[in-house]
Amino acid sequence: MEPRLAAYFFVSAAMFLLGVFTMVSRRNAIYVLMGAELILNAAALNFVAFARFGQPAALGGSPIDGQMFAIFIVILAAAEAAVALGIVLQLFQHFPSIDVTKPDRLSD
Amino acid sequence: MDFFDGSAPGWHALAILVLPLLGFAFNAFTCRTAFTRTRGHVVPLLAMGVALYCSLAIFKHAVIDYEPPARAAAGEQAAPAGGSLADPRWRWSSRDHGMSATVIDTGDLRVEAGITIDHLTATMLVVVTIVAFLVHLYSVGYMHGDLRFSRFFAFLQLFSFSMLGLILTDNLLLLFCFWELVGVCSYFLIGFWFEQEEPPKASIKAFMTNRFGDVGFLIGILIVGRLFGTFDLAELYARLQAVAEGSAQLPPLFGWSAGALLTVAGLCLFLGPMAKSAQVPLHVWLPDAMAGPTPVSALIHAATMVAAGVYMVGRIYFFFTPAVLAVIAGIGAVTALVAASIGLVHHNIKKVLAYSTCSQLGYMMLALGVGGYAAGLFHLYTHAFFKACLFLGAGSVIHAVHTEDMRQMGGLRQKMPVTYRTFLVATLALAGVPFLSGAFSKEMIVEHAILWGMHGNVAQWLPALVAIFGGGLTFFYMLRLMYLTFYGAPRDPRRFEHAHESPGTMTTPLVLLAVLSVVSVDWLPIPLFRGKTMPELLQPPPALASIVTGHAPEHGHAGLLLAFVVLVISVAVLLAGYTLYTRTYKRREPGPEAWVARFARTHRVLTNLYWFDEFYQATVVRLGSAASRAFTTFDVRAIDAAVNGVGRTGEAFAWFWGAFDRVVIDGLVNVWWHLSHAVSRMLRRIQTGNLQDYLAFAVGGMALVTLMFLFLS
Repeated sequence: MEPRLAAYFFVSAAMFLLGVFTMVSRRNAIYVLMGAELILNAAALNFVAFARFGQPAALGGSPIDGQMFAIFIVILAAAEAAVALGIVLQLFQHFPSIDVTKPDRLSD
Repeated sequence: MDFFDGSAPGWHALAILVLPLLGFAFNAFTCRTAFTRTRGHVVPLLAMGVALYCSLAIFKHAVIDYEPPARAAAGEQAAPAGGSLADPRWRWSSRDHGMSATVIDTGDLRVEAGITIDHLTATMLVVVTIVAFLVHLYSVGYMHGDLRFSRFFAFLQLFSFSMLGLILTDNLLLLFCFWELVGVCSYFLIGFWFEQEEPPKASIKAFMTNRFGDVGFLIGILIVGRLFGTFDLAELYARLQAVAEGSAQLPPLFGWSAGALLTVAGLCLFLGPMAKSAQVPLHVWLPDAMAGPTPVSALIHAATMVAAGVYMVGRIYFFFTPAVLAVIAGIGAVTALVAASIGLVHHNIKKVLAYSTCSQLGYMMLALGVGGYAAGLFHLYTHAFFKACLFLGAGSVIHAVHTEDMRQMGGLRQKMPVTYRTFLVATLALAGVPFLSGAFSKEMIVEHAILWGMHGNVAQWLPALVAIFGGGLTFFYMLRLMYLTFYGAPRDPRRFEHAHESPGTMTTPLVLLAVLSVVSVDWLPIPLFRGKTMPELLQPPPALASIVTGHAPEHGHAGLLLAFVVLVISVAVLLAGYTLYTRTYKRREPGPEAWVARFARTHRVLTNLYWFDEFYQATVVRLGSAASRAFTTFDVRAIDAAVNGVGRTGEAFAWFWGAFDRVVIDGLVNVWWHLSHAVSRMLRRIQTGNLQDYLAFAVGGMALVTLMFLFLS
């Protein structure tokens, strides 16, 4: 049997929470980045799920919309990953570490 | 007459008034510059010179060009008064030419500062400016090298301004202002050498004694203002004339009659001249005032300021009732006698002259009192020149021997020929030796005194007797002064060796004044007054007040016979004085010591100056001291206590509010501060700078919002 929309929500919510938890708790910048990827993908999963079960075509909706958003998110994630990795590299150049708690110059 | 048609006299008078004031201002404001410190006399001398020129111009037009109204008939009284307030043709008033300035304008009361020029004014102007100019000149030599040379001239200038203002003003209120100004100048100048012991005391004494008179004067002025509603002299004259003619009434005051009111006002007004002109019993300040520099004594305390009282009496002569005039005559007679008698025994050269001045002022008052208006003012005019000459001569002597005590002088005749000769001329003029100026005025006084005696009761002969007897006294004490100073053997060889004739700036004024004391009257063939006599020019105004009181005293006319009798009497008295002098001092049979021994008690009275000072010390001064002590006690006990109480209450209030401020207001502010500080300390912890923390907060916040949303909806 085909799983219902709520099942997708549970999965995507779990992914989101895991991503957030990863971003908050991990010190390594790479893991933080991975947490961000998880959050993005949780959102993308939601879009795909809505595209499949969401709005009927009779109301003016189109299944292509959600899928298009998912593809945008994937592209965004790729671009973000590129930029973020660049930042991480710069971080490593300034501080000989990629521990995200070290660069705390914004405080004080 | 042309001169008096336009506003030219006003401009002349204004120049006379303003120039000395400018001279004073110049010296006062530049007193620190090197020029003024060493040449402080230049500007004042210039100012006085121009003022003198202007006075002479006014005098020429007002007096010399004056044509007296034709006499009614030979031997009759001259036609109506010329040049006085009564005759507008010979009076120039600034009011007629729009040159008066309104000083006070408060509805009913309107005071205008203006200038009136008549014969009396013109004569006084000439007297004051001539003497002032010569004294300025004399002071250049006398005050040479003094520490406050320029200040001395500044004060002289201020005095000249005040005195000239006193003469020129046409208003009682302004007259009083100038009256006070000359008083304060006199105070400054008597106390000019304030480092010494005597001058400050003398200046305070002069000032305080004058206060007594001036209070009376002011009360008199206020009564006049209340009765007539004006202070303007011409207007006052017009209103009194209306009252005298019966076309107006005086406002009721205390229910007194018009005559009584006028008498009281007149007596009050006379208190001013009494103090200013040093009449007994307010004369005590004048001898002490000799502590000032000698030029000051000559200018202020001989020729001008002390004469201001006489001038003032002459100015408001129409206002005095017969009763007041009798009082004036009596006081004048007493003064003339008392002062002259003290002059007999005093050893201080300046003080003898001061008592002589006092005595002569008594003569003037006596003359005015007995109805000899012209005689009194004429004597003021002649007296100014020879008395200034005598004082300046005395100054020259003091300058030479550095003492005022005549017992240390003697024999100065050879050493100081110019001073001696001028002094001799002035002495003879003062004594009234015929053909010198003093004789004319003094004989007129005697004539009028005799006339007054003839037309009244027995007591009215007193002034005449005093006037006759005083002439002999005057001659005697002046000859004694001459003898002690210039004749005989030097009594102090050291001072005699040192003595020398004074410089030209000092002897020139002496010579000029000596000449003036001879030619200031019209007996010489000099066409000075073009055949007019001074008494003709100074006709008395109608005695309005006497008409109001209802018994105008009849006053006979001095005929040729009386004049001759008076001349004979005067010469006889002078001869008596001279004989007494030669017997006492020249031949010493008996000498002065024998006289003192014979009249020991009288001598004691005289040397103690009639105990006037002791009397005032025991009464007025002690009373004043007691009163001031009482007031001090009241001040300390009551006023100070009240002030301190208020202060303490304020202090307590201030302490309370201070505490309130500290505890409550500051407490509230501090609590608020601590609170926000604590909160801030707490809140700053979350600003870690760690992105992960912020993210956690953001997510936590979002979760919170979501939860709230869920539960609330």
